[in-house]
Amino acid sequence: MKKQSIILRLLQFARPHIGYLAVGLISAMVSVGLMLYTPVLTGNAIDHIIAQGNVDFAAIGKILILLAVSIALGSLFQWLLSYCTNIVTFQTIRDIRTAAFDKLNHVPLKYIDSNKHGQIISRVVNDVEQISDGLLHGFTQLFTGVVTILGTIGFMAAIDLKITLVVVLITPLSMFVASFIAKGCHNMFAEQSATRGEMTAYVEELVGNQKLVKTFCYEDRAQEHFEEINNRLYTCGVKAQFYSAMANPATRFVNGVVYAAVGITGALSAIGGGLSVGQISCFLTYANQYTKPFNEITNVITELQTALASAKRVFELLDEEVESPDTDNAVLTESDGSVKIEHVHFSYDPARTLIKDFNLTAHNGQRIAIVGPTGCGKTTLINLLMRFYDVNKGRICLNGDVDIRTITRNSLRSQYGMVLQDTWLFSGTVRENIAYGKPDASDEEIVEAAKLAHAHSFIKRLPQGYDTPIAEDGGNISQGQRQLLCIARIMLTHPKMLILDEATSSIDTRTEIRIQKAFDAMMQNRTSFVVAHRLSTIREADVILVMRDGEIVEQGSHRQLLKQNGFYAKLYYSQFENSLEP
Amino acid sequence: MQKFRLLRYLKPYKVNIILGPIFKLTEAVFELIVPLVMASIIDVGIKNADKAYVFKMGGVMVLLGVVGLICALTCQYMASVASQGFGTQVRNALFSHINTLSHAEIDQIGTPSLINRLTSDIDRAQHGVAMTIRMVRAPFLTVGAIIMSMTIDLKMSIIFIIAGLLIGLILYLIMSRTIPLYQVVQKKLDKTSLITRENLEGVRVIRAFSKQENEQRRFGDANEDLTKSAVWVGKISALLNPLTYSVVNLGIVAIIWFGALQVNAGQLTQGKILALANYMSQILIAMIALANFVVTLTKAIASGTRVKEILAISPSVQAPNSSQVPAPVPGAPIICFSQVDFTYHTTGENALNDINLTILPGQTIGVIGGTGSGKSTLVNLIPRFYDITHGKLQINGVDIKEYPFEALRKRIGMVPQRAVLFNGTLRENMRWANENATDEQIWQALDIAQAKEFVQKLPLGLNSHIEQGGKNLSGGQRQRLTIARALVNAPDILILDDSASALDFATDAALRKAIARQSKGMTVIMVSQRANTVRWADKIVVLDDGHIVGEGTHEELLQTCQAYREICQSQQDEGEGEK
Repeated sequence: MKKQSIILRLLQFARPHIGYLAVGLISAMVSVGLMLYTPVLTGNAIDHIIAQGNVDFAAIGKILILLAVSIALGSLFQWLLSYCTNIVTFQTIRDIRTAAFDKLNHVPLKYIDSNKHGQIISRVVNDVEQISDGLLHGFTQLFTGVVTILGTIGFMAAIDLKITLVVVLITPLSMFVASFIAKGCHNMFAEQSATRGEMTAYVEELVGNQKLVKTFCYEDRAQEHFEEINNRLYTCGVKAQFYSAMANPATRFVNGVVYAAVGITGALSAIGGGLSVGQISCFLTYANQYTKPFNEITNVITELQTALASAKRVFELLDEEVESPDTDNAVLTESDGSVKIEHVHFSYDPARTLIKDFNLTAHNGQRIAIVGPTGCGKTTLINLLMRFYDVNKGRICLNGDVDIRTITRNSLRSQYGMVLQDTWLFSGTVRENIAYGKPDASDEEIVEAAKLAHAHSFIKRLPQGYDTPIAEDGGNISQGQRQLLCIARIMLTHPKMLILDEATSSIDTRTEIRIQKAFDAMMQNRTSFVVAHRLSTIREADVILVMRDGEIVEQGSHRQLLKQNGFYAKLYYSQFENSLEP
Repeated sequence: MQKFRLLRYLKPYKVNIILGPIFKLTEAVFELIVPLVMASIIDVGIKNADKAYVFKMGGVMVLLGVVGLICALTCQYMASVASQGFGTQVRNALFSHINTLSHAEIDQIGTPSLINRLTSDIDRAQHGVAMTIRMVRAPFLTVGAIIMSMTIDLKMSIIFIIAGLLIGLILYLIMSRTIPLYQVVQKKLDKTSLITRENLEGVRVIRAFSKQENEQRRFGDANEDLTKSAVWVGKISALLNPLTYSVVNLGIVAIIWFGALQVNAGQLTQGKILALANYMSQILIAMIALANFVVTLTKAIASGTRVKEILAISPSVQAPNSSQVPAPVPGAPIICFSQVDFTYHTTGENALNDINLTILPGQTIGVIGGTGSGKSTLVNLIPRFYDITHGKLQINGVDIKEYPFEALRKRIGMVPQRAVLFNGTLRENMRWANENATDEQIWQALDIAQAKEFVQKLPLGLNSHIEQGGKNLSGGQRQRLTIARALVNAPDILILDDSASALDFATDAALRKAIARQSKGMTVIMVSQRANTVRWADKIVVLDDGHIVGEGTHEELLQTCQAYREICQSQQDEGEGEK
């Protein structure tokens, strides 16, 4: 993406607020103009104060009134400028942020699965913030800066060309100093932030796992490593800080030189009768103002560049492909509970086929168990059933012959109730979390679902019962309790089919028995797909799919598979081997 | 809280802290002289048409600038060294202090908070130090400008005092409102970030329930709320510049008018009016810098306090005074709990009640029980991560508190529930328990932990790179590596805290077999929710709600312990018969 096209796209986002933008730009010009005009008036006024008994009060009074008016107007327009930029900025980035978030709800799961969440969040939050800081604020600053410089030169030229020339000739010095510092800062800061990143990563790891550090008496080695990074941070920190701290004194120095040059040439010119004292005063004020925008502009340009980089990342997210649209908006209202998988091929990565020619027919009320060793790709099937991913070849049908790609995703997914291994709750109350799939559920229904999931008793013991907010890190409820809440959530929606992914693995066995009973009752007349390690779940299944390295290697009932004496049998018997008498 | 001074870390930089501001002051003095020099150019040079004088004074101004620049740079350098050095020292001290804290304190403070204090809080405190060293300039310039105006003309200085007060008032009024509001904005921004995170993590659930629109609305509301606050703060702070600008310039208007009166009366010169106007502009710049400084300093002090809080916490688990390793009592059990109570919080319920348990060397002990029954708590007491509240805990017949930490913990191999590995090579991870472990020792541990096979298959073997947390490995692989890590040092006591849960049955069984065969003499404590993992243990301890409700072998417990029977029934039923 080119810089111009990034700016154009940003302008498109700013378009609805173009009125404010226009008012802001006009205000900038007016306020800068008025502010530059005040030194002229001040100078004129001083020229009427000549010596004892030689003061023209009438003229001074007139000038001062004019001065007061232009100060007032200048302030007003300055305020208008900030006001408008604020509105444009915040509303534009609000729109961009909303667009980015909405995008996340429409990208294929592949995007979310294959990108680091921290990075995506940083695009939606930090990068957008950067756009506001750098691009939109920076833009107005750049604009007023340029107007100020041009205006100053113009006003000075109107008074005296020669002194103006002196000032303009010193300009490159100021530019040189500013860019020299900016360049140095950039390199130093890059090094500093890399080192700081390294340190943060190390601290997160070590402090985050402080218990392991203790377990292994790793404290001294950790300290040693930390101090090594810390020392490097010190070295580059001093450099970076010193470099960036040079900017202000350097600008002040350049300012001082300009000031002195104006003073000398002005005084010489005054001696020659060319300039009045008031005009010198006016020049001196300009000299004070003149170099400042240069320094600011260099800063703004670096900020603009980071902002452009941020904008580019945000737009990349906005340009991600979305899920293929639902074909003909056909809504499947009522599933008959049958699922047919025909000749399905699938892989995440074209180089490695995972599922080859897979066939399965599940009738209403059947239980399909998916088993296999750790990391064999059991969740893949869920991704396909829920159409989180599309199959590469073949098809999956509901209700006999309805290809799931011909109905809307929402109506497909609403047929299933799903409890995943990674329990997910959002930062709302317990009640809101249970009612997630059915926001209009009555209190009785919610309590009923919680009771069915054996969650009611612990919820009652929470400080605020059903209105207890779930803490951000879930610290106030245990992993097992989270799972119970996820189960309650499903208990409330009465789906036609169930998908359970090792759902009970972190609940203790006694609670699990009860849940299992509740599930059994719920699974009556419901087709269910269960990914589990637990034999009790597996044994009662109608069909067991045995997976290994992503492939389905065996398929059949528990007894059939044991007779087959293959991989499943080996898996099954291994658990009863005696560890003490090999 | 014990009194703790963070500033003592500034001690090595005493010279910098004293000289830095002096250099800065020198620069400011020169800066204040410049308008006076200019005034004399006008009043003397121009009036007498003395070109040589103009050049001389112009030269003085440039000279003042050069010396000022050198002073300023010296000050900046001193400030950089002092503040960065200060930050570095505090970071080292805090990191080392965190290492001495026990689990109890870490649980209480929370790791995210510790990390924040160690990184951004110290950064802010460090920035505060730098600003303080550099900041003498602003108040000095303000006061200096007012004093200079007094030396020029006492009556005219009233204008300066009024303007100074007005600017101060404006700054105070606006900033006292915007600063808390900026925090509100930050919180609202965090909220949008939280919703985004939730949406990424819960993407499957959200899509399964077809709640995308609902989530978009939730985000939209939070975003709108954020925008409103941001615009509101923006509106208030937009007043700052126009108001201060007006005050200063109206001050100049007043200077000209009253100055004109004075000149007319012969008490002031034209050049001095010019100098006064100049000082007025300087006040504004200095006051704004001062206001920003106050903000930075407030933040720095708040951050410093947060850092200080941690440094002032003394660990609740204290090492013994003597570093001598006590000799074991011959014939004593390796671990012995007698009447042990334990509570996490002094006021809370006991997590463990009246625990009596004797473990002999070489025994394999299974600990089973429901969620929250106290299994993990029990094993966390053995390496003394927490101190028991009541009762007695002995290792080899000696009170646990008499062992230096290292002597105690080096004997124990602990495999925690959550399988975490660290950024670095696989070999580095395996060397956590013993820095000098040989490859042979590592391979042996990997073999027992059932990890040898997959590590051998890795193209780089022991040199394979492991990402932070071990993200580039599967859960089962990670778990096996954490088991191997604990085995490398050949510990006397191996504690597996439900650490085989991500393993399938076959691997789990092979692991148990290998530990029994290859680590003869090692005392093994296995915490689990699976009856099959513990059933072959010499002794099984059944925990329920912090109490031991059963103790014995599998067969004994099946006869005597109701809770154990329930667990077993739920997990096996007819499976055994078929075998």
